[in-house]
Amino acid sequence: MTHFILGDLTWAALPHAWYTIGATGTIFVGGIVVMAVITYYKKWKWLWKEWFTSTDPKKIGIMYIVMASVMLFRGGLDAMMIWLQQSISVGNAPGYLGAPSGYLDASHFQQIFTSHGDIMVFFVTMGFFFGLMNLIVPLQIGARDLAFPFLNSLGFWLYVAGAVFINMFFVIGGEFAASGWLSLPPLSEIMYSPGTGVDYWIWSLQLSGLGSLLGGINFIVTIIKMRVKGMTLMKMPLFTWTSLCSMALVVAAFPVLTITTLLLWYDRFFGMHFFTTTAGGNPMLYVNLIWMWGHPEVYILVIPAFGIFSEIVATFSGKKIFGYVSMVCAVICITLLSFMVWLHHFFTMGAGADVDAFFGIMTGIIAIPTAVQIFNWIATMFRGRIRFTTPMMYFMGFVSLFTFGGMAGVLLSIPGADFELHNSLFLVAHFHTMIVSAALFGIFAGITYWFPKIMGFKLNEKIGRRAFWLWIVGFFVSFTPLYILGFMGATRRLDYYATATGYQPFFITAGIGVCIIAAGVLMQVWQVVVSVRERKDNMDTTGDPWDGRTLEWATSSPVPFYDFAKKPEADSRDAFWEMKKRGEWPRATARTEYEDIELSKNTGMAIYLSGFFFLFSFGAVWHIIWLMALGFVGCIACVIIRSFDDDTEYVIPAAEVEKMETLAWKK
Amino acid sequence: MPGGVFDPQGPIALYERNLIILAVALMLLVAIPMLILLYTFAWKYRAGNKKAKYDPEHVGGAWRQLLWWAIPAVIIVAIAIINWQSTHALDPFKPIASNNPPLTVEVVALQWKWLFIYPAQGIATVNFLEFPEQTPVHFILTADAPMSSFWIPELGSQIYAMSAMQTQLSLEASSTGEYIGKDTEINGAGYAGMTFTAKSVSQNDFNAWLASVKNSSNTLTLAEYNSVLLPPSTYAPSSTYSSVDPGLYDTILMKYMIPPTSTPPANMPGMTM
Repeated sequence: MTHFILGDLTWAALPHAWYTIGATGTIFVGGIVVMAVITYYKKWKWLWKEWFTSTDPKKIGIMYIVMASVMLFRGGLDAMMIWLQQSISVGNAPGYLGAPSGYLDASHFQQIFTSHGDIMVFFVTMGFFFGLMNLIVPLQIGARDLAFPFLNSLGFWLYVAGAVFINMFFVIGGEFAASGWLSLPPLSEIMYSPGTGVDYWIWSLQLSGLGSLLGGINFIVTIIKMRVKGMTLMKMPLFTWTSLCSMALVVAAFPVLTITTLLLWYDRFFGMHFFTTTAGGNPMLYVNLIWMWGHPEVYILVIPAFGIFSEIVATFSGKKIFGYVSMVCAVICITLLSFMVWLHHFFTMGAGADVDAFFGIMTGIIAIPTAVQIFNWIATMFRGRIRFTTPMMYFMGFVSLFTFGGMAGVLLSIPGADFELHNSLFLVAHFHTMIVSAALFGIFAGITYWFPKIMGFKLNEKIGRRAFWLWIVGFFVSFTPLYILGFMGATRRLDYYATATGYQPFFITAGIGVCIIAAGVLMQVWQVVVSVRERKDNMDTTGDPWDGRTLEWATSSPVPFYDFAKKPEADSRDAFWEMKKRGEWPRATARTEYEDIELSKNTGMAIYLSGFFFLFSFGAVWHIIWLMALGFVGCIACVIIRSFDDDTEYVIPAAEVEKMETLAWKK
Repeated sequence: MPGGVFDPQGPIALYERNLIILAVALMLLVAIPMLILLYTFAWKYRAGNKKAKYDPEHVGGAWRQLLWWAIPAVIIVAIAIINWQSTHALDPFKPIASNNPPLTVEVVALQWKWLFIYPAQGIATVNFLEFPEQTPVHFILTADAPMSSFWIPELGSQIYAMSAMQTQLSLEASSTGEYIGKDTEINGAGYAGMTFTAKSVSQNDFNAWLASVKNSSNTLTLAEYNSVLLPPSTYAPSSTYSSVDPGLYDTILMKYMIPPTSTPPANMPGMTM
C-alpha cells in the first residue's frame, strides 16, 4: 500500500548531503523571498494576467530570456565547481567535505558536469534563442503574432517545467545522472545506474524537448504563412532565414531525442532491452540515435547566431549584406549536411575505415559554407562605415574565436587525428569555442542589438564593451590551456589526476579564466542595472536607434503589443532601409490608416497542461503509477477543453489603435 | 610539453602527429588571410575614418561568390584526400607490417581497471602492460563494464572496449619506455583512476619478465575473476597472474550473448546492489 502511494520514495530521498541541503535551502528561501516581495507589492494578479497567461510572443520571449538567464547562473555555478575540483584534486592533496581528494567525490563531480552540459544546451542556449525568435521573427516578417499562440505558450511552459524538473533532484532524490550529458548506455542502464538520477535526466529532456518541438513547428508555419505582402522567401531578413533553418532541424531532430530517451526509460522502467548489453540489446544503437539528434542540435544552436551576426554586420557597416543569395545557400547547405555527419562523434567505435572516412569527409565539407559566410561578413565590412558598438564587438570576437574553433573541428573530423584527440580536453575546448563564440556571443550581441526595440531604451554601451572584453579575455585564458592539455593526453571529466601528469598549472590557469568570465557575467548584470536606472538618458524615441535595415525597426519602441498599427509592405530586401531611402520614414511623413486588429486572448491552459506533464514525469521517475495516470488524464483533459474553446481571440478597434499610436509617438 | 600527442613513440602516433600538423597548416592557409582581412577592414572602414570610401549598395558579383566557395573548397578537397588515405592507413583493425611477429594481447575493460591476457604466453596482468619494442602489439578488446575507451597517447590511436562486442587495435613502440595508458570514456565512479602502465622493453627484458611472471603464484581462474576482478574497485594496483584459464576471454565476451532467462545470470555487475 505504501508503495502504491509513494512508489520508490522513502525518507532517504530527502536532502541529506551538504549540496542538496544547501540547494534545497536556497530554493525554498529564495522562493519565499520572491513570493513575499510579489505579495507585498500586490503583483500576483499582474504577473498572472500580464505575463504567465500571455500569448503575446514578445512577453513569452522576455520570459524565455529571463528563465535562460537564471539557468545561465545555475550552469555557470556548475562550471566553477568543476574548475575548483580540477584545480585542487591532484596527487596527495587533502580532500575536503568528506571527499577523498578535492572537495567532491567522483560521483558528485560527474553529476555536476552532466548537469552543466544539459543545462547550458537545453535551458540556456535553447531558451535564449527561442526568446530572441519570439521577440524578433514576427517583427521581421511584419506579423502580429505566431501562427499558433497557444502552442507558443505551451512550448514555453513545458520548457519551464523541464528547467524546474532538472533541479528537482536537489529536493527529492539527491542524485542527478552521473553519466555525461548524453547518458550513453550501458552506463545509463539500470545495471550500472540504479538510482533515479538518469530518470530525472530523461524526464527533464522529455519536458523541454516536447516544448522545443512545438516551438519549431510554430515558427516554421509562422515564417512560411505569415509574411507581409511582398516579402518573398528571398527577401526575408537573414535572421528569419536562419531561424527557419534552425527550426526545420528542430522538427526533424527532436523527435529522435524524445523517442531515444523514452526507449532508454522503457529499459529502465519495464526491464526492456533496447540498449542493454544483455538479451540482445544494443548500446551502439543508442549512441547512433542520440547523435543523430545531437549533431543537428549543435547546428540548431549556432545557425540562428549566424543570422543575428548577419543583421548586425550589415546594420553597423551601414551596408547591404554581401552575397545574400550565397548566404541563404550556405545556411541551407549547413542545415542539410548537419544530418549526414553524426558518426564523427564516435570514430573510435571501430566502424571501419570506409564508414569513418565518409563521415569525416562529409564533416569537412560543412566548413565550406561556413567559410563562405565568414567571407561574406568580411566583404560586407568592405567600403562600409563601421560603428563599433557592443554587438559589433561581439561579432569581431565571434569571428576571431570561431575561426580557430572551426579549425579544431575540421581537425577532429579527420578520423586519424580524432583517434588521438577524441574524448580529450582538446575536444572540450573545441566545442566550447564553437558554442561560446557563436551561440553565446550571438545571443549577447542579439540582446544588446534588439534591447531598445523591446524595452524602449538602449543598454549602457561602455559597460557592455567592458563585459565583452572580460568575456573574450576570460575565454582565451580558460580554454587555451584546455587545448594544450588535450595535446598532453589529458582526458575530459577527470575528478582526479596524478601530480606527475603536470596538468595542474594548466587547470589552475583555466580556473583563473573562468573567474574572469564570471566577472564578465557580473559586469553584464551591472550593465542591466545601470541601464535601467539611467533609462531616461538612453530612450529610443525614433523606433530606429541603430539606423536599422529590416522591418522590426518600422514601429515604435518599445514595440506595442500589436506590433504594427498598420502592417508594412516589403518590396525588396532590407525593406525598412528602402523605406527610409524613399523618405517614407520617420512616421510623420507616412500616411497611416488605422484598422481593427485581432489578437489572441490570454490562457492559463498551457500552465495547467505543463503542470500535469510535470506530475506525470515525477511519477515516472519514482514509479508512482497513480500520479502518472493523473498526469496523463490531466494532459488529455486540458487538450480537449482547449480544443472546444472557440472564444480565443479579441479585437482592438481602430479608434483604440489610433489613440495608442498617438501616445507612443508623442514622447 | 612532456608526453602526449606531440611526443610520439611509435609509428601510429608519429603518423597521427604529422597528420595533425599537416591539416592545421593547410587550414591556416585560409584562416590567416581571412583574419588579416577582418582586422584590416575593421580598421580601415571604421566610422571615424571619413577618408575611406563608403559604398552602401556594394554587394559584389557572382564571380566573387564563386571565389568564396572555391577557396575553402580547394582546401577541403585536399583535406578530404588526406582524410581518405590516412583513415585507411590508420584503420585500427589493420595489422602493422613488421619483421617481428606481433604479440597478441586480449584486453578486458572492467570496473575500473584493465585486464590484459597474453593468450600465447598464458599469463595475465591487471593495470600493467609489458611488451617488446619494435614489435606490433595486436590488442583484441572487449568489456565487462560500461563502454570504455583504451588509449595510450604516446603510441597512438584509441578504440572503444564494449561488452558483447570485440574491437581490435594494433600499436607499436619504436623504442623502450614507460607510458601511461588510460580510459577516455566516462564509465562510472572509478573513471579517473582507470589508468595503467604501458612498458616497452627489449626482447630480452620481455622474456625475463615473462619468466618471472610464470614463476609467481597467482593464477587467474574463472572463479578468481568473478570474485576478485569483477566486483567494482577504484584505483586498483597492478598485479600479475602466472596462468590463466584458456577460455576466459571468450567466456567474458560470450556471457552477454546468453538468451534472457527468468533469473538474472550470476555475477552480473550491479545486480546485487
